[in-house]
Amino acid sequence: MTVKSNTASTVWARVGDKIFSRLTLFFSVLMAAILIALLIALGIDAWPAIQKFGLSFITSIEWDPVNEVFGALPAIYGTLLSSLIGLIIAVPISLGSAIFLSELAPDWMRRPCSFLIEMLAAIPSVIIGLWGLYVMVPFIRNPIEIWLGSNLGFLPLFSGPPFGVGFLSAGIILAIMVIPIITAISREAIVAVPVTQREAMLALGATRWEMITRAVLPYCRSGLMGGVILGLGRALGETMAVTMVIGNGYVLSPSLFSPGATIASKVASEFNEASGDLYIGSLIELALVLFAITLLVNIIARLLVWRTVSVRGTGE
Amino acid sequence: MINNMLGQTVRIEAADPKHDGDKTTSKYALTVEDLNAWYGNLMVIQNISMGIGAQRITALIGPSGCGKSTFIRCLNRMHEVSEGGRVTGRVFMDGQDIYAPQVDPVSIRRRIGMVFQRASVFPTMSIFGNVASGISLARFWSRRRDLKDVVERSLRKAALWEEVKDKLDQPGASLSGGQQQRLCIARAIAIEPEIILMDEPCSALDPISTLRIEELMLELKKDYTVVIVTHNMQQAARVSAWTGFMLLGQLIEYAPTKEVFTVPKDKRTEDYITGRFG
Repeated sequence: MTVKSNTASTVWARVGDKIFSRLTLFFSVLMAAILIALLIALGIDAWPAIQKFGLSFITSIEWDPVNEVFGALPAIYGTLLSSLIGLIIAVPISLGSAIFLSELAPDWMRRPCSFLIEMLAAIPSVIIGLWGLYVMVPFIRNPIEIWLGSNLGFLPLFSGPPFGVGFLSAGIILAIMVIPIITAISREAIVAVPVTQREAMLALGATRWEMITRAVLPYCRSGLMGGVILGLGRALGETMAVTMVIGNGYVLSPSLFSPGATIASKVASEFNEASGDLYIGSLIELALVLFAITLLVNIIARLLVWRTVSVRGTGE
Repeated sequence: MINNMLGQTVRIEAADPKHDGDKTTSKYALTVEDLNAWYGNLMVIQNISMGIGAQRITALIGPSGCGKSTFIRCLNRMHEVSEGGRVTGRVFMDGQDIYAPQVDPVSIRRRIGMVFQRASVFPTMSIFGNVASGISLARFWSRRRDLKDVVERSLRKAALWEEVKDKLDQPGASLSGGQQQRLCIARAIAIEPEIILMDEPCSALDPISTLRIEELMLELKKDYTVVIVTHNMQQAARVSAWTGFMLLGQLIEYAPTKEVFTVPKDKRTEDYITGRFG
């Protein structure tokens, strides 16, 4: 230690350092504590329902506030089904537009196009829901559902009366809402692939298409997967727009035309009228189930990403 | 004899075979005529004309930014892949101008392979997959023989087989830097090109790995024409038959390596190789 390093200003700097590190520690612990406190509070409020129904809460299809019998299965099913429909529609469109915007689009199109797609994510979900209900749903009922019903009606998927509102509409609304997320993240992942990888593939005599499919996409696949999972996360939890177009049925129907509910839409549409510890407790337990599902999805996503990263090893 | 647009007359053929380690100097693998290249509006290659002899090693030396990397990227039509990259002039291969409008750059790159400065192993592929990656590009399926044989042969030629034969399924990125570069060479050889361009292949490697790559180049010239860009003048002197000195996008001097390093004709070449600049 030299004399110089003991001057007042360095002492002060060291104190400042300490304060800063304590402060950031406090903030991060606070956030973790909020999460845990939230879980505990939800658990306490849901306790009457957990105690009464046990595991049958998850397997039962009843939801009868009058007789106070509650089961979550249709809502869980609706959540997973609508998100699945959303992803099936959104993933190819998002990846396609991400590839186009990053690799193929002429320069003058790139910025405006990605800007517009990202703006889609900024539209409040109630507006998308309103548009969905008054513009999209009638169109889905006639011609789409009527056509599907008359031509592919032998499949359970497309059986039943065409209501318009239902799983199909919810899935399409969700697709619209997650496309900007998946597109933006995939585009960034693709752009981040080093030029050396592209050139190495081109120098082997690859066409542009081969370069994209064999060098670019494999290289950034964990990023692409991350985008899809984030999209799925949003789809699972999306509430307002889905509530407006899913029709608020509570059935376990294989038909995409059937009105249904997701966990989020069920909670949103009933929290206002719920009375009694058991009813409220059941809604809160429903929320906990949604929390568990999204947690599970995130853990799976982490594992997938981690696995592909470790396969990639030490390479750039 | 050819005029190199600087008013100097440059011999492009070895008059005396003893300057050249090879006997096959009568044939050019590539003949470059009036080549210019740009990045956007910036002209980086000015009027280069030269013949590149078949089955020997031609080295290009020069200070950083002199355009030597850009120049060899013009030889397999990789320069136009870069943002703003543009080329005029002609490069003849077997009498065919590779810049003729009807020529597909993809087919040129298949005949003229390239090894880059930084080993660009495909990280999601195994060692085997990396070597096979060029061969298994869809349209070569008709020419595809037994993939295994080709991979083994390529790895042997790249002097990597003994080190990796028991772990072909491991990721290519698990290899060391020098091994990765040899893997890239194996990958380039696997598609059986006629010419191999190497853009500073050793600049990121330690001396031992560098030595191995140099030995490999000497081995490769038996079957291939090799063009190497290097910062390392000793390397050029060790491996090449002919050396071109480039400065500010121009080819200043192009002659048998021994002449360039012992009796350079141009003052600027002399200054560079004696370490006065660059």
